[in-house]
Amino acid sequence: MKPIRILGRSISSAFKSVVRNFSLSVASISCIIITLIIVSFAILLSVNVNNFTKSIESDLTIVVFAKEGTVKENVDTLKKEIDSIPNVVDIEYKSKEDLKNEMKRENETYKNIIDKWGDEVNPLPDSFIITVEKIEDIKETASTIQNLEHVDAVRYGEGVVENLVDVFGIIRNITIVAVIALIFVTAFLISNTIKITIYSRKNEIDIMRLVGTSNTVIRLPFLFEGLFLGVIGSIIPVLCTIYGYVLLYDKMGGVLFTDIMPLISPYNFVFKVSGVLIIIGALVGMYGSYKSVRKYLKI
Amino acid sequence: MSFIELQNVYKIYKNGVTAIADADLKIKKGDFVFVIGHTACGKSTLIKMLYREEKPTKGNVFVGGINVAKLKNSKVYKLRRKIGIVFQDYKLLPKMTAYENVAFVLESYGYKATEIKPKVIEALARVGLKEKLRSFPDEMSGGEQQRVCIARAIVNKPKVLVCDEPTGNLDPETSKEIMKVIEDINKEMGTTIIMATHDKDIVNRMKKRVVVIENGCIVGDYEKGSYKVDEAH
Repeated sequence: MKPIRILGRSISSAFKSVVRNFSLSVASISCIIITLIIVSFAILLSVNVNNFTKSIESDLTIVVFAKEGTVKENVDTLKKEIDSIPNVVDIEYKSKEDLKNEMKRENETYKNIIDKWGDEVNPLPDSFIITVEKIEDIKETASTIQNLEHVDAVRYGEGVVENLVDVFGIIRNITIVAVIALIFVTAFLISNTIKITIYSRKNEIDIMRLVGTSNTVIRLPFLFEGLFLGVIGSIIPVLCTIYGYVLLYDKMGGVLFTDIMPLISPYNFVFKVSGVLIIIGALVGMYGSYKSVRKYLKI
Repeated sequence: MSFIELQNVYKIYKNGVTAIADADLKIKKGDFVFVIGHTACGKSTLIKMLYREEKPTKGNVFVGGINVAKLKNSKVYKLRRKIGIVFQDYKLLPKMTAYENVAFVLESYGYKATEIKPKVIEALARVGLKEKLRSFPDEMSGGEQQRVCIARAIVNKPKVLVCDEPTGNLDPETSKEIMKVIEDINKEMGTTIIMATHDKDIVNRMKKRVVVIENGCIVGDYEKGSYKVDEAH
């Protein structure tokens, strides 16, 4: 019962203190709002860049063209050989007839040309479309396939793909570092602002110490105060995240400039990010208070 | 063993100043002792060592069986719950009423609200402030604020009351009233009182045991009424 009573009193005292020290509370909350908005932006960017990378990676395939005149049995053997390569997850066979029909469907000009070939003439090769597991090994897999018998050519958008994946990788790493750095900056800023709040109540802490209040009991209301400030400060960033992202998603039509960069659907996603923001606000607020009170406790 | 005992106590500050040197002192339960001396003679340091606001550099300080010198920082609050402290500057919380200033001590110890109210009212009644429960410190005179400070110190019925120049900021008349309150606590509650002061009128009038400190050393320890400040100074 006693710990619950102390906890209850700490919460009510923390609440009173937020109201009583209104101007300082506003200062702390404003600081939390600004930094959390930046943190939110960095998180949204980081997760979306990750999504672009994954989306592009999942679209990447290797196209293998068999040599002209390869007979059916050899095509089957080639398929088995490709399938046995560890990095290959999926292999789709497209016969020269399939390709011909596909091209006819795709484009009117192609159709006219292909129709002139007649039934017996088809210069197109048999081909395979291969999906790989590890995109970073795509080059190695392509060259393994190239060395197989009956293979004429292997294409996977070499050069462009690697550069794109590299650029996204760099952006992803930068945003992750930025998120972590921003969280530290937030902690530092909040802890400093709360330090000012607590400095103004140095006497209060001193008196509590002298009359025999335990350090835990002195610290608790301040921890709750930090928690309240953090949670209150995260409300505006949460609203900005939810409404801002939904608006951006709708205005941009679900993609960032081009179809290869699809934005993550806002539902669920914005709520998860909001949850993260509230947790960061609360933890950082509590940490700031903890550090500042410790200074005056003489422990 | 005495209730308060100092054994070969030294306090040397980091800047090299020796505030207390080789102090030995025994105080029995229920005693009333004045600690007197000039400004900066070390009496405040000695008083502060009793409630571990200062830690002795050497020697032992026992208060109610606890060796204050060896007490861990995290356990200091346990010692302070056994000691009532009266300060020269009252140290009241300005945004709390007289009642709240006394009650918050018990609240922080985890007492139930139903236990707190009678104890606080009893303590404030004992110092004669039953009518001022709802007054804030800035609505009270210096004497009244000191009474609140005393009420806060005795609300948990401590075995010892440590007073650091409690009349230092008060006029002679009010000082007399405050001393009457403290003397009554000593007589009626059996609380041991140890008080640092340089108010010679009080010391002469009250005829209690007197410990004299000069340059950090205890230079005299006089039994009840056997000491007059003017004789020595």
